[in-house]
Amino acid sequence: MAEPATTELPARTVPGPRGPAPGAFAARRPSSRVVLGTASAVLLLVFWALGRRLGYGLSEYLQLLVDGTVTGSVYALVAVGFVVVYRVTGVINFAQGAFVMLGPMLAITFFRALGGSGGLALAAAAAAAVLATALVATAVHRLTLHPARAASALTRIIITVGVYIALQGLALRVWGPRPYVMPAFSTLHMADRFLEVGGVTLQAQSLWVWGLGLLTVVGLVVFFEHTLVGKAMRACAVNRTAARLMGIRVDRMATLAFALAGVLGAVGGIVLAPSTRPTYDMGLDLGLKGFVAAIAGGLVSLPGAVAGGLVLGVLESLWAGVTVAGFKDLFAFVMLILLLLARPQGWLEGGHE
Amino acid sequence: MTARAWAGTWFLAAAGVAVVGAVELAWPGTAARLTRGLVSTDLLIRAGLFTVVLVGLNLLMGYAGQASLGQAAFYGLGAFASAIFTVRAQALGIPASVAGAWWWPWLVMLLAAVAVGAFALAVGWVILRLRGHYLAMATLGLGIIVYIVLRENLGMPHLNLTGGFDGIVGVPRLRVGGAELWPVQVYYFVVWAAALASMALGLNVVHSPAGRALRALHGSELAAESVGVDVGRLKAQIFALSAALASVAGSLYAHFQAAVVPDTFGFVPSLELVVMSAVGGMSSIWGAPLGALAVLLLEQLLRTHVLGLVPAVSGELEPVVFGLVLVVIMMFWPAGLVSSRRVQGTAWASR
Repeated sequence: MAEPATTELPARTVPGPRGPAPGAFAARRPSSRVVLGTASAVLLLVFWALGRRLGYGLSEYLQLLVDGTVTGSVYALVAVGFVVVYRVTGVINFAQGAFVMLGPMLAITFFRALGGSGGLALAAAAAAAVLATALVATAVHRLTLHPARAASALTRIIITVGVYIALQGLALRVWGPRPYVMPAFSTLHMADRFLEVGGVTLQAQSLWVWGLGLLTVVGLVVFFEHTLVGKAMRACAVNRTAARLMGIRVDRMATLAFALAGVLGAVGGIVLAPSTRPTYDMGLDLGLKGFVAAIAGGLVSLPGAVAGGLVLGVLESLWAGVTVAGFKDLFAFVMLILLLLARPQGWLEGGHE
Repeated sequence: MTARAWAGTWFLAAAGVAVVGAVELAWPGTAARLTRGLVSTDLLIRAGLFTVVLVGLNLLMGYAGQASLGQAAFYGLGAFASAIFTVRAQALGIPASVAGAWWWPWLVMLLAAVAVGAFALAVGWVILRLRGHYLAMATLGLGIIVYIVLRENLGMPHLNLTGGFDGIVGVPRLRVGGAELWPVQVYYFVVWAAALASMALGLNVVHSPAGRALRALHGSELAAESVGVDVGRLKAQIFALSAALASVAGSLYAHFQAAVVPDTFGFVPSLELVVMSAVGGMSSIWGAPLGALAVLLLEQLLRTHVLGLVPAVSGELEPVVFGLVLVVIMMFWPAGLVSSRRVQGTAWASR
């Protein structure tokens, strides 16, 4: 970032608090802007070259871009769930994917229990599913990670893997292997309404994904910035010991972080469900992608996770549009490795605060 | 350090393996009868295969302190190399006189291990610069990339080398001269010879100067570097060794199962390997066979015994119980079955 123009000593470079540390090691690596710029240019060139072969014009790319932000919004929600838990507990919570699956599965079950028709019933079912997933997440933390809080990070990560396997197994038992149908929010039917905007076809559900995703993230920001509990959670993320000395119940904050992760995962899964067909094992893919998005944002930054999710969604959509369908999933993981190698602390300034 | 302090235990283990094998050979099905279907030759062979992989994984995770969440990829590369170069030999233009010879699958196994090791060395050189969680994530990504490439026919569907989702069937049995190393009771000896050899190799590494350097590296990379350990090189070498061992196990698996499918080598199998390693105790070579046996026995126990007793519950609950047992073991027994007192936890785990 350039220095602000209002600096009092314009002639001299004032080292910012987060400026690169002077030293040979820092100098050896190319700056993140150069790497990011080169990588983007190469990627765009690849997309353009592959797309030309398929005869793509501007509207095709726009379509892919818009589709990408829809999936990307869901990745972003899942990624924020990873970040919230990681910052407060120091654990990469692989059970996050299970929360993403539980949301829509429970919502569909509740919706059917409520009669299976009507917008109010759908909204109530979705809200109940989000709440139930948050409760499951709370129970997961209280019953497994809280008792094992003294264990090493690897042990605790393996515990979350065990929780994921158990929850997915439970889902297979309850819902079976077949895909389910979640009604689109606008039509309350399987078939959704489509809008035509400047040559781009837009599913009405996409608006719901953007809207509810935005609402969730804004709500989270308000919670972290303007409530005492939210501020206490941020304190835990900065320094657990100091937070405890200030009288903050760190373990309760950790449980709350899991509940929030449950909410985020469930909302992400539910808004996406009408345009995919939810299955008991949908959490693996979405969980891993959300995880990649979180890494892209540096794993500790909320804006980073949101940006990471959107960027991953868009790039993946473009990539899937210009290559073979089977290679769609490849992109996220190639990006993961390249991102880690180029800049492990994430791409946003202050991502490693 | 007394030379070969581990040798006594190793010979004891080898003798035990030989006795079990001999009994199974003489009276097939004895183990299953004695344990009411819990232990079979099949299960013991799979335990042996996983032992080979886990020796490498334990060296990497427990000793060098470098986590790998993508180890199944190397296992899969070995398996697919063996399957492709034996079943598709004709399509690859390998003359029948060579591809039909008894030594050909063995040569493929060896070359695959070397190639996979070299691949890991090259990749490791780059990604092992990463520490802690980041390395684990990079290996996770690597594992999934390899899985997708295998599943998508290496991106060349017209050649159909890997067979896509369905994989490859009809992988031939291993032979020595004219003698086929089959039935399973015979193949048991092949697999466990490999397992015991890999354990001897692992124990040798651990008790060599390289092993001491590894432990130093585990404690503190900076300290190890300051006393003259080439940290980057050592880490890459151990990564390559673990990959080569996984590749050999994969080849042996391909010739055992006679069929390979990509799903055997995806993300979840990689996690299962870490689980076995953790259950057995990753900071000990002896944790490898114990972890493999413990997890396989647990799975089998759940499948045939515990869940079978409750009529209302079907085998679908198996993953639920497996996941829960895993959680409980990790909560109350985090060091695994065997833990060496010298190395507690791992460097990245204590972060």
